[in-house]
Amino acid sequence: MTKEITTQEFNEKVINSSKPALVDFWASWCGPCRMLSPLVDSVSEQYSEVDFYKVNVDEESELAREYGIMSIPSLILFKDGEVLDESVGVLSEAQLKAFVEQAI
Amino acid sequence: MKDLIIAGSGPAGLAAAVYASNAMLDFVVIEKFPMSGGQMLNTIDINNYLGFELTDGFSLGQAFRSHAEKQGAEFINDEITAIEKIDGGYKVVCNNGEYETKTIIFALGANPRKLGAKGEQELAGRGVSYCATCDGNFFRGRDAAVIGGGDVALEDALYLANICSEVYLIHRRGELRGAKYLQDKVFKNEKIKLVLNTQVNEILGERKVEGLKLNNGETLSVDGVFIAVGTDANSKLIENLVETDKGFIVADESGKTSCEGIFAAGDVRTKRLRQISTAVSDGANALYSVEEYLNKN
Repeated sequence: MTKEITTQEFNEKVINSSKPALVDFWASWCGPCRMLSPLVDSVSEQYSEVDFYKVNVDEESELAREYGIMSIPSLILFKDGEVLDESVGVLSEAQLKAFVEQAI
Repeated sequence: MKDLIIAGSGPAGLAAAVYASNAMLDFVVIEKFPMSGGQMLNTIDINNYLGFELTDGFSLGQAFRSHAEKQGAEFINDEITAIEKIDGGYKVVCNNGEYETKTIIFALGANPRKLGAKGEQELAGRGVSYCATCDGNFFRGRDAAVIGGGDVALEDALYLANICSEVYLIHRRGELRGAKYLQDKVFKNEKIKLVLNTQVNEILGERKVEGLKLNNGETLSVDGVFIAVGTDANSKLIENLVETDKGFIVADESGKTSCEGIFAAGDVRTKRLRQISTAVSDGANALYSVEEYLNKN
């Protein structure tokens, strides 16, 4: 499952978490985001070792700015409080899985 | 073995699905993402699709999808990784399964073409964008450039003019190519500065876009650059089976390719005008060719 996350919760749930996390930066008006997000949802069911979060860049613009998001969809993979990898644009299922598995 | 596999769920694939349902064929649509519509998903305003005075790509895509589903089309969410010739048809190999079929309508569309300028790849997602409607908001109150002269470039420039403080429209030719009503809007928009007969040699910036180096030696300072220089066909999967021209599958209105039983529809085939309406027309035509082929074989 992919959960919505806010700026306030970000440190606790992503940065200070012992579990790796994938964060999907998206917006409702972004067509490619609406292609990628359902795929992130479905892939999230296959990895219990990773937490999956969504950041709505309209509502959490501060968080988007902090991570230098200038293009969506953007995925950021966090491990041990650090950015492990970033990906911009739509990915296929195979590419998405390979991206997630870097953190495991 | 199925009668037909439709690869892709943009307007061409979905129109073919509606006609295939009416023809009572045994078929499925394979789509890579659980979201139909294809390239139109990137378009905010659509005012030239008959029956919809003003709509957006997402709504129209959903309307097409829902129509095809109600007609009885079955959808599989998977990525096709290979298409192989087998006795009596083709094997379509996906990440999570394999399907055998007598015919294929190949409607995987096209993707935005890369400019090929230095710095483009390094700064993708750092100010270089291929989707103005996705990323325009990140450049609110700042300066941006659009590269290209066709419909998409003009639409992008007009969209960004509402958001950015200045928009440079850079085109390598002396005249724009897009629809006249769009050109008219562009010429009248005070925020859009035309830079014609000019090419971009390099996109400048360390960690994010800072400017553009033009072929006239000048440097233009911008925060974002939106590339709209046409499309590349998604034909890789079958380029060893069918004849292509600059990546586009060679096929006329009938959709017939150089390979028996494979039909091309929509933006992926060689054609003059790539629009939603012409893609829908291709879907219908390709299905007619499929029926003809199945009756003969």
